[in-house]
Order: sequence, then C-alpha cells, then structure tokens
Amino acid sequence: MLVIPCPYCGPRPELEFSYGGQAHVARPTAASNPSPADWNAFQYERANIKGLHAERWRHIHGCARFFNVIRDTTTDEIVRSYRSGEK
Amino acid sequence: MTSRFSGWSLLLGGLSGQRRWSEQWRAAEPKRGYDAIIVGGGGHGLGAAYYLAKEHGIRNVAVLEKGWIGGGNTGRNTTIIRSNYLFAESSALYDHAVKLWETLSQELNYNVMYSPRGVLMLAHNVHDEQVAKRHIHANYANGVDNEWLTPQQAKEFCPPLNISSELRYPVLGGALQRRGGTARHDAVAWGYARAASALGVDIIENCEVTGLRRDSNGEISGVETTRGAIESRRVGVSAAGHSSVVLQMAGVRLPLESFPLQALVSEPVKPIIPCVVMSNTIHAYVSQSDKGELVIGASTDAYTSYTQRGALHVNLHTLEAVCELFPAFRRLRMLRNWGGIVDVTPDRSPIIAKTPVPGLYVNCGWGTGGFKATPGAGHLLAWTLARDAPHALNSAFTIERFRDGTLIDEAAAAAVNH
Repeated sequence: MLVIPCPYCGPRPELEFSYGGQAHVARPTAASNPSPADWNAFQYERANIKGLHAERWRHIHGCARFFNVIRDTTTDEIVRSYRSGEK
Repeated sequence: MTSRFSGWSLLLGGLSGQRRWSEQWRAAEPKRGYDAIIVGGGGHGLGAAYYLAKEHGIRNVAVLEKGWIGGGNTGRNTTIIRSNYLFAESSALYDHAVKLWETLSQELNYNVMYSPRGVLMLAHNVHDEQVAKRHIHANYANGVDNEWLTPQQAKEFCPPLNISSELRYPVLGGALQRRGGTARHDAVAWGYARAASALGVDIIENCEVTGLRRDSNGEISGVETTRGAIESRRVGVSAAGHSSVVLQMAGVRLPLESFPLQALVSEPVKPIIPCVVMSNTIHAYVSQSDKGELVIGASTDAYTSYTQRGALHVNLHTLEAVCELFPAFRRLRMLRNWGGIVDVTPDRSPIIAKTPVPGLYVNCGWGTGGFKATPGAGHLLAWTLARDAPHALNSAFTIERFRDGTLIDEAAAAAVNH
C-alpha cells in the first residue's frame, strides 16, 4: 500500500484515496475544431509511462480534493505531490 | 532434435531413470535477419510463431524475449479458460481459442493439461442474476454453452460452496460454462516453444527490444535489441503489459494502461474444489491446481505500475470473499503471491491488428484475461501478420475502434474488477 502525500493533509494511506489516472490531459477546446482523432487522444490514448508518471489522485476519504503526484512506475516510489494548477 | 512424446517414450524415460531427455527447443543465437519477428516470448507470442511456421509457411521467424519464455504473464496468471463473453465478436473470438484448447495437447504433442472442469460465475443480487442470464442468453444465441444453476444446483456442482442465506452476499445462483476450465500455463509456453522450434523458429531469450527500425518510407525494417540489431520487414508485438512501451518506439500511441494484477496460492491440499468459481460482485476467484494448491486471483491495483507486485489489501479483499464462500478454506495458509503487469483497454477487449506503421502488428490489451485466449491470439496474430490483413475473427479488434466509436464493451464479462 502506498503512503500518499496529500498536499493539503500530509501523508496518508492509499486506502483514503482514489486514483484519477494520467495528469495534465487537456480536453480539446471547441475553438480548436477537434477531429475524431483529437477526441480519441483525449479520451483514450495514454502515455502509460514506464518511469516518472504524473498522475491525479483524489483524497476522497479526507479533504476530497484532487491533486497531482509524480510517481516512478518502475518502483512505485512517489517523488513529490503538488496541488492542481501547480507544476 | 526433440523426440516425439508417446506412452513408449515416457516408459523408456522412466526405465532409464529420467536421465536421457533432451532439450525441448534449440537455444538460438540471433541471426542477421528474419522473415518475421515476434516480440514477446509468452504463450501468445510463441503461439504466433508456431502458427506462422505451421499454417503460413513462414519458418524463418525469431521470437525475442527479454527474460525467459513464459516468465511474464504466461507464468503469472490463474490459468482460467472460458468463452462466455457478451458480444458476438467477443464470444466468437474467445470460443475460437476454446476450440483450439480442446485439441492443443494432440496438436503440439505436449500435454498442456487442459481440464474443462467448468467455470461457475456466481450471482449475489438481482442485478447479478439479470446480468448473468443476459450473458447466458447472448451466449446461447452465439452458440456458446452457458447455463443457469440455482443455489442448490450450484452446491451439487461445487460441494464446498456455502449457499447459506445468512451470508452478507448470499449465492442466488450462477452461470456455468461446462467447457470452461484450466490448463497448465507453463506447459502451454513450453509446448508452443518446442513445436515452433522444431519447425525452424528461433527462440531467443534474454534479448530485450530497445528500438524499432523504420526505412525511409516509414515501414518497419527491423528491431534493435540488447543483443544487437536484427532485420525484418514484419514485426509482431505481443508484449502484454509492455506492449505500449514497445509500440511507442515506433511512435504508435495506444489506448492502454498497465496495472499490476495479483494472484496467490495456498498450501497444497487434497482435491476439494472440483471447478473454477468466480464472483464479480464480491471478487472471489478460485480454483485448484493439480498440485493441490488453491489458485486465487485478486484485483488489479488502483494505479498504473510496472513493478510486478501489488498492495496487500487487494489480496485481503479477495481472501475475505473466498473465505465467506468457502468456510473450509479459512485455515489454509497462503504460500506465495505475485503480480503481473496487464495492459487494459478502455472497453476491456483486446487489440489484434495492423498498426499505422506498415509491417508492424500488435496483439495486446488482453487486460486481466489473456491466458484463456492464448491459442486463439497466437493463431490470429500469425494470420494478420502473414496476410497483412485481419482474420474475420479479429477484424473488429482494431486500434481505430476507439476513434470510430465501435467499442466492444466487455467490462461486465471481464469479471475481475478494474
């Protein structure tokens, strides 16, 4: 079980969180006139990185807020976490 | 050269103290080039190489495996075989594999211990029952066997099952596919490797693909590996949880995420559970190996990872459900647990298809249920690679279905929650 550093509440056990998938996947804007391939990229294609992975977590049994985590998917070591909107 | 197995050869082997068996396949060194390369030496990849040589006359083939053959998900799964999927495309695909399983030992002259002992999928609430019956009717319409059992019938079929109405999630019945069952996973890899090698296929272990080469037209021209570059105009990738890692080497992005999926086995006991029992709702998943160990499948972890291990609470969740359904199992100790990396698609259906790169083919996205499809996946990847066009059975399982909105949503039939 991971110990996840919530940027609002501090380190808490994984059971308090839900996983939100790859972070920073931007929804196409209507102004960009997205094609089916653009929607496919947004909706389904994922980097599935073997290495440092930016991902969203939600502290659903805590502060209930979304935030981002950098985790190494080859070791599960969490490098750092940061609030939504930050980098 | 490997000799053919028969009753006589086993008897002679016994009389000579089991000391005269030869190696079952050649340990090959990579050549400069091949007519086709398969990336991934699991059951699917070895099967593809075998069918390329056997059915398509393409014998100058290499299987490249970064570890040892059958050491990935082929050796890490719970060995369940079934074909009771909902949609016509899926039930045809999985039943193709079941039909190949039925004669695979004879085909390969290698005992893969296919045991159609029945797969019983339990229902615990009204929704489960309706979903199960919908699957049964859909399977019936598609010519796949599946039948409804009442709790009493389920108890008769599987005597250790607890059908008490006092359970938090009582057994309201179950769907039984009698042709479903198990097989010996290692033997599948070894049997395909032996048969493919005898037809001329080079099986190259400890050879990790580190790059995909393309010519000036963008077509595949070979692979780069930890043992040097190898030329080939046709490359089939069958790398399970690492398929997207390999495909990214050619710039192909896939709708895949890789998760750890865990399994565990108990200490061995005498035969106690005669079939496979699964429950989606409370996540039980148990059968018994011929060695006597209970083989238990857990869920995927919540997050993507390549670590081949998972969290303990995922296993505990499954054990709680198993112990409620089978109170007699509560005193058993668990011997080993492990994880495999499974590549999951958004619709829980696989991809066996051409890629946007000419000469590059992929068999991936089997998620938590790839073992059952081993012969079928190998057969269809070989067909697609040899003819540069899909077989009718895998023509719907493309990469483009996600863009085009023609998903084959088998989330309910995939059975393991993920």
